[in-house]
Amino acid sequence: MTVNLLIFIFLAVVAIAAAVGLILSRNPVYSALYLIVNFLAVGVFYLVLGAPFIALAQITVYAGAIMVLFLFVIMLLGAAKPKEVDPFKWQRPLALVLLAAVLLEGLYAILTRVALTLTAVPPDPSLADPKTLAMVLYSKYSLPFEITSIILLVAAIGAVVLTKKTTREEGK
Amino acid sequence: MENSLLFNLVPWVVFLPLIGLVINLLIGKKLGEVFSGTIASLATGLAFVVSFLLAVALNTHTEGTTITLGDWITIGDFTTRWAFRVDTLSVVMMLVVSGVGMLIHIYSIGYMHNDVRHNGDTGRFTRFFVFLNLFIAAMMILVSADNFLMMFVGWEGVGLCSYLLIGFWFEKGKDGIGNAIAAKKAFITNRVGDFGLLIAMFLIFSNFGTLQFDQVFAQAGAVAAAKPGVMLLITLFMLLGVTGKSAQLPLFVWLPDAMAGPTPVSALIHAATMVTAGVYLVARSAAFYALVPTAQTAVTWVGAATALFAATIAVGQYDIKKVLAYSTISQLGFMVAAVGMGATVAGMFHLVTHAFFKGLLFLAAGSVIQGMERGMHHGTQHDHETDPQDMRQMGGLRQRMPLTFWVYLAGALALTGIAPLAGFFSKDEILLSAWQTRPAVFAVLAVAALLTAFYMGRQLIMVFFGKPQTKAAEHASESPLVVTLPLVVLAALSILGGLLNFPGWHTLETWLSHTLGEGEPAHFNWLVAGISTLLALLGLGIAWLVYARKGESRQTDPLRKPLGPVFTGMERKWWVDEFYQAILLDPYKSFAQFIADKVDLGIIDRIGGGLAAGTRVLAEGIRKFQNGYIRSYALWMLLGLAVIMTYIFFK
Amino acid sequence: MIPIAFPIGLAVVLFCLGILGVILRKNAIVIFMSLELMFNAANLLFITFANQFQQVDGQIFVIFVMVTAAAEVAVGLAMIVTIFRGKHSVDIDQLTNLKG
Repeated sequence: MTVNLLIFIFLAVVAIAAAVGLILSRNPVYSALYLIVNFLAVGVFYLVLGAPFIALAQITVYAGAIMVLFLFVIMLLGAAKPKEVDPFKWQRPLALVLLAAVLLEGLYAILTRVALTLTAVPPDPSLADPKTLAMVLYSKYSLPFEITSIILLVAAIGAVVLTKKTTREEGK
Repeated sequence: MENSLLFNLVPWVVFLPLIGLVINLLIGKKLGEVFSGTIASLATGLAFVVSFLLAVALNTHTEGTTITLGDWITIGDFTTRWAFRVDTLSVVMMLVVSGVGMLIHIYSIGYMHNDVRHNGDTGRFTRFFVFLNLFIAAMMILVSADNFLMMFVGWEGVGLCSYLLIGFWFEKGKDGIGNAIAAKKAFITNRVGDFGLLIAMFLIFSNFGTLQFDQVFAQAGAVAAAKPGVMLLITLFMLLGVTGKSAQLPLFVWLPDAMAGPTPVSALIHAATMVTAGVYLVARSAAFYALVPTAQTAVTWVGAATALFAATIAVGQYDIKKVLAYSTISQLGFMVAAVGMGATVAGMFHLVTHAFFKGLLFLAAGSVIQGMERGMHHGTQHDHETDPQDMRQMGGLRQRMPLTFWVYLAGALALTGIAPLAGFFSKDEILLSAWQTRPAVFAVLAVAALLTAFYMGRQLIMVFFGKPQTKAAEHASESPLVVTLPLVVLAALSILGGLLNFPGWHTLETWLSHTLGEGEPAHFNWLVAGISTLLALLGLGIAWLVYARKGESRQTDPLRKPLGPVFTGMERKWWVDEFYQAILLDPYKSFAQFIADKVDLGIIDRIGGGLAAGTRVLAEGIRKFQNGYIRSYALWMLLGLAVIMTYIFFK
Repeated sequence: MIPIAFPIGLAVVLFCLGILGVILRKNAIVIFMSLELMFNAANLLFITFANQFQQVDGQIFVIFVMVTAAAEVAVGLAMIVTIFRGKHSVDIDQLTNLKG
């Protein structure tokens, strides 16, 4: 039992617990908080896997920006607790069954197809420092980079346009 | 010109009428009645000239030849060509068709001029000549064909033209549809016969491997020896075709109804040419029939029975054209019996003379009818009640239409077989052949000859002698020259036609022997000649005694009282049409109705409708998936994911 | 170090939990959050393989995913706000206008 394994197990449990809490919680604010916990756990795991930049990016962007946005909207719309009445009663069991099937198959596939002897590589600082990332990002992936910047621009404009109050114009 | 080169002219006997037809079709209407009539007559006349030249050429090259235009069908081993056979038999037919045809075309110019005005559509004049030329072309294809398939093209073509021409006044007739129904009847009855001919052709092809006349007849002996049953079938099926086209028992029913067409049509198609196609077929296939004595007997008896049967019906008819129609059927029976007995030359001789005098009789009857029509519209009166074709309303036309009377007399005497007119010699040859080989057939044909004389005498007396029975008959007038001139020509031919095969000279016999092979030359038997003349005079005499009583009303036939129900049977055509209607047509109609309702509507339409309904049900079921709930869409996506994963997992 | 199968398994489990959240919750915002969970699981997979094959491309891809997720969240939440203005509810079962 190495330290790494213990760390992994701990982080895995936290992540899964947070996810379960997310989908079961009645209060949307609680769900958001659970999600933040999940992000943090996975972010730490990134560190273990040798991606420090991404780990911090995850915490800053995801947990910081995106979840705050979520919380803003939840607050804006009111954390109402709607009645959880399903229009189709059979959906829940069916979903659970299918999901169980998918999950089991996936896990079985992993356990049989992926050799257990394959281990994660210890993190190499020179591999994932910002300089290396930047070199690759701006040379090999410059086109996707530009496109994602356009996506961001469009999203920003879209968000503004969508939420603009439409004013009734009389007599025009 | 080298004589044999003249043979190359033979395609023109078909092309000339076709050219005339096209000219009339395109510009005939614009250029007037006289023009279109002249073009058509000229086309046929030139075809006659070509046939004459071919005959001249054949005189020196008697074996004939085949002129090929090109290949028609080539499938594997089967080859059929457009080829014209020029030999003595086909040239005889060509001469008859184009010669009599030309005379009838000229006659039609005058006849149709009146007829289109009587029926109220002057624009239809050109169409008549288009159809007539089409008919001549088709008939020429039939008689000049080198193989069975090309002959069948002509066979069907003349059937088509018959339909077109019988139904020429398609909006007239009983209930406004009678002519169309008659045309349909002709076509369909012919179809039944054509079915027989087709089966025969199929059998010929499968057993001989070819449809060409010379190749088939060369192999005939071998095939007959190897497969006699097949030969019998071929000949019997051909007989079915003959009964259809040549109006024998049991398919004769169309010919009397075909009298609904204009009179020149009756003369050309239903007396002189189309109906003789069956006789020509048997004559051409003489090689077959000579090998199958059973078939010969069948053909002979069909012909003889028809001759007698039709003659009895003719006695009871009072429509002038119907009498001639049944007379045609009867005379065709004579011809068919002759070729059935193997006396092919006698049959062909009678064919030629019959074309002369029957064509003459029909044309003269047309003249009589138009004379009556003129009488109906004489002066200021416009009689629409009299039937111009009803003999009981005629009478005494001898004084009013003298020329018509004399030519009619010539034709009638030729038909009854009074020497030395043409009909005597041809009918005598047939009777002689029957006397020598089949006495029973002789007896039947003799009775038919007696009846022939009787009803022709009856007709002569009712139409031309005695007092006029109606005002229309009183005011009837003679036809113009364009109508009477062809009558005179045909009368001359009827009188002199006997010279074609005069006993001792036997011109026609020698001529035809080049194609048909050497037959036994007919000797002139004084006994048979005497008997036939006696029967003819007897018939005429009895007719005179019965019908020429002065002062009697013509409305009741003098024969009705003595013969009673027999006369009713004769008058009602022995109820043959009613019989066919009950036994064949009505059951077929109810069967067709059943199939239409129960099978077509019930089953087949339901299959189509069922598919549509099924699709709709299916679509409505699938539609339920689109319920608008996003979560359920997500669920189905998950389902899809699970399925794919399972598939990949287990692959 | 840990066998590489474990992080992959964790990613699969997180992904399935995300799907479960999408199907079972009625609140539109919570559904969105479950969507984020699924993105997260995918990111984990990327990083795992980047580590495994010692290539930095995986991490670059995670950057792109994050950016796209952010954009999507922005637009999606804006839409939810707009819909809320009309329907006064974030219940996703009320959006049935595209019913067939």
